[in-house]
Amino acid sequence: MQTKSTHSLEGKSLSCIRDDRVLFEKLAFELVSGQILLLEGKNGSGKTSLLRILCGFREPDAGDILWCGDAVKDSQFYAQMAYVGHLDGIKKELTVLENLKMSLALSSPGQYSIHEALAKVHLAGYDDVLVQALSAGQKRRLSLARLLITENVLWVLDEPFTSLDKQGIALIETLMTEHCANGGMIVLTSHHDIALHDVDVQRINLS
Amino acid sequence: MFLIPDPVVRFFHRMASPPHFYSFTERLMPWLVVIFLLLTAAGLYGGLYLAPADYQQGDSYRIIYIHVPSAWMSLFIYMVMAVAGGIGLVWRIKLAEIVAISSAPVGASFTFIALVTGSLWGKPMWGTWWVWDARLTSELILLFLYLGVIGLYGAIDDKRTASRAVAILALVGVVNIPIIHYSVEWWNTLHQGPTVTKMDKPSIHVSMLIPLLLMAISFKFYYLIAMLQRARTELLLRERNAQWVKNMISESK
Amino acid sequence: MSLSHAFFAVIRRDLVLALRRRSEIANPLLFFILVITLFPLGIGAQPHLLQAIAPGIIWVSALLAAMLSLDSLFRSDFDDGSLEQMLLSPHPASVLVLAKIIAHWLVTGLPLLIVAPLLAVFLGMPNHSLGILLLTLLLGTPVLSLIGAIGVALTVGLRRGGMILSLLVLPLYVPVLIFAGNAVQMASGGLPVDAQINILISILLMALVLAPLPVAAALKMSIN
Repeated sequence: MQTKSTHSLEGKSLSCIRDDRVLFEKLAFELVSGQILLLEGKNGSGKTSLLRILCGFREPDAGDILWCGDAVKDSQFYAQMAYVGHLDGIKKELTVLENLKMSLALSSPGQYSIHEALAKVHLAGYDDVLVQALSAGQKRRLSLARLLITENVLWVLDEPFTSLDKQGIALIETLMTEHCANGGMIVLTSHHDIALHDVDVQRINLS
Repeated sequence: MFLIPDPVVRFFHRMASPPHFYSFTERLMPWLVVIFLLLTAAGLYGGLYLAPADYQQGDSYRIIYIHVPSAWMSLFIYMVMAVAGGIGLVWRIKLAEIVAISSAPVGASFTFIALVTGSLWGKPMWGTWWVWDARLTSELILLFLYLGVIGLYGAIDDKRTASRAVAILALVGVVNIPIIHYSVEWWNTLHQGPTVTKMDKPSIHVSMLIPLLLMAISFKFYYLIAMLQRARTELLLRERNAQWVKNMISESK
Repeated sequence: MSLSHAFFAVIRRDLVLALRRRSEIANPLLFFILVITLFPLGIGAQPHLLQAIAPGIIWVSALLAAMLSLDSLFRSDFDDGSLEQMLLSPHPASVLVLAKIIAHWLVTGLPLLIVAPLLAVFLGMPNHSLGILLLTLLLGTPVLSLIGAIGVALTVGLRRGGMILSLLVLPLYVPVLIFAGNAVQMASGGLPVDAQINILISILLMALVLAPLPVAAALKMSIN
């Protein structure tokens, strides 16, 4: 279950250099429970790189990331975060239910049961459908259902609105608002402008 | 760390900084070359001129002055590569990564030389260029391990990632080398037993042993020279955007 | 979120996936049979000759089949992002990776044992050495999967990792080839093979304990 206690995510003078190009330098941010960090910028400006550094997939070329004041490695960070990236991490030969059960096995149970989560992302009744039969938008919503069934505070979302229609976008915005109201926090990249009321949104433009 | 005296720690700290490493090795290089040349001259003079011919093998045994030190170096450099790679992996020290990858081609060359000279030596002894003798076979597998390291490094575009891959592979190799060596030894015990490592009762004459040891030390210096030259080039390539490199280039203009 | 639950969930998922894909099981097996069939065609079918080199042929073919099957170990997980999700799990990556390797062996290594008796008959191996052949395959092929996993974890991110993979993996397979091949050879001649079997057991135990660590480290490097 999500706790109401405050968590914080802090980036300290982060730099990222890729193929001789400085993507960003001395980048700093601080995020606490209930807040959203929106990363903006052109393609290739380092948005995804920053998310992958957050996830620990990449080393920053300089700087540190702190979770609740501790270095990520020495904290509960990985038990309290969830990531939805370009690749949805879903097996197309498995059913919707099998995919979610796998995510659950790798993490702890969160706020919603699998069925509640499927209902929330408008996939109720799809339990035994093979993922290869789903549309791109449905797959995206399935990967978002993963955020609801596992225990987490921080969501890291890379272009969550891709391949979603208006309803789908509105759905994510609702989910994000709820998550923040419950003391969660979100770091995301997006080309779309997000319309969120009652949520404290910080913006960083990387261009 | 507390076991290591303070000046040593400070020395390594300074050496881990690229500009210091670059200028220090530049000053060091002429000395290394002079020592290498002196040792090689002395070793070859002792080995090819002063040492007596072998009563069984005649003069053809003299190839050991190249073969044996090369074979030693092939293993030694793999160890250095793995240790440097491991240090780079754990403490993220850029120079350790560079030393590890710069060692690989030098080690592969020594392995190759050991194989070729071993086969040349084998021709008069066994009457054929290649026999599946345990040590030659081990050496051949070691060459494959080196080529794997070099190939992997070349295949990965991002050189920091490539360094980590190479370090993991070299560490895996170091764990496996004794097992491979033992298995090959077990598979075939045709070669003459080790003659030099029996320090208590050396079975080769002193006049042959001294040049051999001289050559062994001279090869270590050659390795240092070749590895450092490669490391300096690699360092410049990787740090081409760093201020110290830009300063150096503008000064030399 | 117990670790053993996650461990068995990964094994179960990979087995289900393999059953739905099928070709993943069939291809290495067919390859194994095919290569062994090629030898009598290539060198002639004199029974004494085939019998003498049968252990070597079977083991070299097993090595090649194991190596060719490696790509499927992490490929699809790497391509669809499942690997990222697995590495983000709070569970130790080396344990989850071990589960994947075990599942992979059950799908690609174990079937080799089932066809090996047939192939031994093809090559005219004496019946009394069959038990030892199966035992060496049972002990040796998991080592091939474990060591191979290191190589494939290092190269899964590369567009053309296939050639470099064989260069990385095959030299490390040498001890298994030597001890397993020799055990079968000796058993054919009716000699005791306790030493070879004991060594294979220790190699397997060592690989089980040590290999998952570099595999996990290499995967973290590969997804960056």
